[in-house]
Amino acid sequence: MALTETQIERYSRHIILKEVGGKGQQKLLESKVLIIGAGGLGAPIALYLAAAGIGTIGIADADDVELSNLQRQVIHFTPDIGKPKVLSAKEKIQAINPDVQVRTYHEWINAANIMEIIRDYDFVVDGTDNFAAKFLINDACVLAGKPYSHGGILQFVGQTITVLPGESACYRCIFPTPPPRDAIPTCSQAGVIGVLPGVIGSIQATEAIKFLLGKGELLAGRLLMYDALKMKFRDVEIKRNSHCPLCGENPTITEAEDDLSLLTVCDLEQS
Amino acid sequence: MTITVNGATTELPENNSRTIDSLLEELKVSQRLYVTVELNGEILDRDAYESTLVTEGDAIEFLYFMGGGC
Repeated sequence: MALTETQIERYSRHIILKEVGGKGQQKLLESKVLIIGAGGLGAPIALYLAAAGIGTIGIADADDVELSNLQRQVIHFTPDIGKPKVLSAKEKIQAINPDVQVRTYHEWINAANIMEIIRDYDFVVDGTDNFAAKFLINDACVLAGKPYSHGGILQFVGQTITVLPGESACYRCIFPTPPPRDAIPTCSQAGVIGVLPGVIGSIQATEAIKFLLGKGELLAGRLLMYDALKMKFRDVEIKRNSHCPLCGENPTITEAEDDLSLLTVCDLEQS
Repeated sequence: MTITVNGATTELPENNSRTIDSLLEELKVSQRLYVTVELNGEILDRDAYESTLVTEGDAIEFLYFMGGGC
């Protein structure tokens, strides 16, 4: 389908980039990206992917908007308090760009639903706030061969890596097993500077767009770490780990499973 | 002994029996029980921390869990 005149104007700053062009913009409009988590990371990811004209955006989250979310979750506004986050996000996405089809999943992802939910998408972005979800997303995406972007933040530091299953290191190549519950503080316990998810989430959205366009060098096999207090970025090369329990030589994880020991998440604890 | 820790050149007192585990202690690395150690570009198995010696010129990265997104 050719771009309409309105679309040519809307996406003109993309179209003049040689890495995008009309063809690339069309590719984006035909692409499907799933964002898991409509919180701090999910907010900028959804806003930028909507503005960029990703044709279908899925967004999964079971939470409602709370007052304490608004310091950083920039897709939700004060009048949205009490509204499901996926609905609040959908309204903003559609207001930014009516080209985008939004699919909402007003539920927590778990082992029973994740394979079905991710199936139809070209790329998945992890914007969740707990290790149970982060490991589940990694396992499901690697098992399904679905490329995805991992992001994690706390206080003033964040990190992100793009996982190309079978090609580059996965999250379990770095961290074979989740930490014990409550071993690592959450944002609700330890705080987070409000702009931090804006930085990390914007990088994750960039990775999604680059992947869909097939342009540039992805953050695959490199863990990017950001320290907002020192204002420093560093990336560390991460090779695939032959002992990885998921994508190593003798995998012990062969299907997506919930880690029941981790299921209490910070937002659940709050509510 | 000179090694590189998280990209920074680090001088350590000479010690031929320094293991990864004792280095974590010596450098007071946070999240010591959960940190992942990358030694010269390879992720090190946790159960090898006590048996792996730190040697001159090693490049070591400490990789931390970061679970937030909220």
